[in-house]
Amino acid sequence: MKHILLACAALIAAPVSAETVAITGGRVVIGDGSAPIDNGTVLVTDGRIVAAGANVAIPAGAKRVDAKGKWVTPGIVAGFTRMGLVGVDGVRPSNDTEARTSPFNASLDIAPAINPDVAAIAVNRAAGVTRAIVSPDAGNAIFGGQGVVIDTGNDMNAVTKSKLFQFVEFGETGARIAGGSRPALIAAFRTALSEAADAAKGVFREDGLLKRQDALALVPVLNGTMKLFIHVEGAPDILSVLALKKDYPALNIVLVGATEGWRVAPQIAAAKVPVLASALNDLPESFEQLAATQSNVGRMVAAGVQVGIGMINDNEARQAQLSMQYAGNLVALTKVPGATGLSWDKAFAAISSVPAAIAGLGADLGSLKAGRRADIVLWDGDPLEGTTGVTDVWIDGVKQPLSSRQTRLRDRYLDPAEGNLPNAYDR
Amino acid sequence: MRLTALLTGSAMVLASLATPAIARKKDKDEAAAAKPAPFNKDPYPSTYRAYPGVPTAVTNVTVYDGEGAKFVNATVYFRDGKVEGVESGGAVKDGYTVIDGTGKWVTPGIIDVHSHLGDYPTPSVDAHSDGNEATGPARPEVWAEHSVWPQDPGFSRALANGGVTALQILPGSANLFGGRSVTLKNVYARNVQGMKFPGAPYGLKMACGENPKRVYGSRGQMPSTRMGNMAVNRQTWARAVEYKRKLDKGESVNRDLAMETLAGVLSGEILVHNHCYRADEMSLVVDMAKEFGYKVSTFHHAVESYKIADLLAKEGICSAMWADWWGFKMESYDAINENIPLVHKAGACAIVHSDDANGIQRLNQEAAKALGDGRRIGINVPDEVAWTWLSYNPAKALGIADKTGSLKPGKMADIVLWNGNPLSVYSRPDKVWIDGALMFDAADPKKRPVADFELGQPGEGDVK
Repeated sequence: MKHILLACAALIAAPVSAETVAITGGRVVIGDGSAPIDNGTVLVTDGRIVAAGANVAIPAGAKRVDAKGKWVTPGIVAGFTRMGLVGVDGVRPSNDTEARTSPFNASLDIAPAINPDVAAIAVNRAAGVTRAIVSPDAGNAIFGGQGVVIDTGNDMNAVTKSKLFQFVEFGETGARIAGGSRPALIAAFRTALSEAADAAKGVFREDGLLKRQDALALVPVLNGTMKLFIHVEGAPDILSVLALKKDYPALNIVLVGATEGWRVAPQIAAAKVPVLASALNDLPESFEQLAATQSNVGRMVAAGVQVGIGMINDNEARQAQLSMQYAGNLVALTKVPGATGLSWDKAFAAISSVPAAIAGLGADLGSLKAGRRADIVLWDGDPLEGTTGVTDVWIDGVKQPLSSRQTRLRDRYLDPAEGNLPNAYDR
Repeated sequence: MRLTALLTGSAMVLASLATPAIARKKDKDEAAAAKPAPFNKDPYPSTYRAYPGVPTAVTNVTVYDGEGAKFVNATVYFRDGKVEGVESGGAVKDGYTVIDGTGKWVTPGIIDVHSHLGDYPTPSVDAHSDGNEATGPARPEVWAEHSVWPQDPGFSRALANGGVTALQILPGSANLFGGRSVTLKNVYARNVQGMKFPGAPYGLKMACGENPKRVYGSRGQMPSTRMGNMAVNRQTWARAVEYKRKLDKGESVNRDLAMETLAGVLSGEILVHNHCYRADEMSLVVDMAKEFGYKVSTFHHAVESYKIADLLAKEGICSAMWADWWGFKMESYDAINENIPLVHKAGACAIVHSDDANGIQRLNQEAAKALGDGRRIGINVPDEVAWTWLSYNPAKALGIADKTGSLKPGKMADIVLWNGNPLSVYSRPDKVWIDGALMFDAADPKKRPVADFELGQPGEGDVK
């Protein structure tokens, strides 16, 4: 019996390549904000980076991959997504982002719902996205449940780390869910943490607002061992969130969205709270986003805030592949008079090492520094340019297929007219 | 009496001014069309006037002329609101304000055939939700221009970040017949009339597929299926054909705003813009148009155009497409990144569109993505030809290609100076002229429009 269990465990474990591979001759981007290195080498063994840069010694017997003329980067880490939870957004049974009529909220763990078969995984893998922070959405309560980090590998084991953070809605959305006002939202939040404090002591009140499981799920949030991702957009709401730290000093807060973050950037920086920001919001979409500007990320970074790029409420179940374009636009701002953008090196870090670090996994992924998972992408040009394409992807050192149902449809219809048989026979 | 005659007379003049070229080459109804219209076809006429400009020469630039030609180290001349010409090298002629564009690019302004700015403006609050008259599946009587809030902050972003100089505002897609569209110059005004593109024909928004059947089916109304969609469409067109027959014979008809719009389509004065994702549904619409005697200008979204690119080329129908939006609902599940280049390769009319207040700021980048995806499967469209997806083809689809959409002499000087290669993610508009007037200058905060809504609020006048 034990034998069988072990065999099963081996079957579901994420595949890791055991071979030693040297990727040579390319323009190497480490992903930590440093400048690209021309004619660099990336050395990989057992699914991990051994070394990357210039003057890397290549052991005899290493398999060589010629990357001359290409860019070599860490795989893109999408900073805030709902990838793997959705087959087709509008097809409700294929959409596991939220549970509006469930009796549970904070205890909802999305790890078992991550589905590596959804088309978005293969599409984003082929586009160069190898890891993603994945969050539930808030349905019946301000707390949405517990989020994960996934990889986009072509296997059945997508979850890299589960129970990584709790997601909570603040601002206009949180107020609506909590009953219709921001005071109701704050009351709901404080009450929930109070019940979590009781739950930590084994006390469960008969008249409590939370189910026992939900209260228990908030205990690690309260004591700071689990991160709290707070979706908040407006500057006044951001200050309210930062003020929570006075009463709950252990909270391990990450701001998500933060469209008006630039207005209170010094306060965010002083509180040492990182941000997974929406990169290009520049419209007064709501009354909590009146001061939206594409310079938001640049201004926050200039003020000393740690900022990765996320995509909340922005096709985040499917379009993590826009991360590179978003980062490129932040570079574009450096040429616009009066705007504040990011250098190329920092922009790339905002979609690789920075979100990994914000997820607490900076030592494990998000760059080509020694010891990191060998998530590597080869590009036929500058990865932030729209005309550039991906030529090779490795995840945990395993070479990945780049086909998807999109490429299959494309190949079927390169010449759309039927031949001797209907197109349905063409595959 | 005299007053009435005067009003009728001026209305007729305006109506004939507004009649697009496409209507004039109509065959069998020519005699009927020549008769005085029984009603004013242009009751909310454009009051747009070009703002003053100076004779300008933009020198040392790379130029994509919008019709597929490229010039290097060229000078672009415009004066009195019109393009004078593009000349390669040589000394700059006297009498022009010279703008040195070394290292920069000039293109015609981008034209978005699919926008909801003004009818779904920001802030996106319920009070502003004016794009879908979702009270019945056939509402050809509504006009998008009556919903357009000319203070939408989105217009300024489309100008400053997107280089968009003209755009079509469409009703939404809840209805099979969504209503009339309006084409605007991207210039703020106190009312929509002040933004209306002079002489642009009206469009009719139609919609296939999931949206109409979901909206009405969920209320227990027809249509609740795709066959219901088609039945309501056909019955409505049959009524329109009958209405037009009466009009043409000079019979008296009760004034019917819905039928007036559809009669305008049948006579070729109003262009059909049909939201349609799937290849099979687009194919049915092609036959339906033949059944009732109208023409589809453009399929919008058209994510499966690549499956019938040969048919669309044969029928002369444009496809307005995204580069890589996909999978948000069932009918967008078969979208592929090569849709635009495959349509182009088949010889059909390809257009990059936004349908989005954010996407409209990056249509050049969408074209670049499609271009790259096409090249990787061997469809080698040159950059300057790809620009036809952004200006000339949308102008054709809107019936304004004789006025704008390229840098041919005599056309409106709707021009963008980009601070680098406009197909690069790193480039932004440096200056934008509309009818030769400088309406945006990245270096001058005073040339950055700020909508009424944003005055006195956080972020007013900021770089966006």
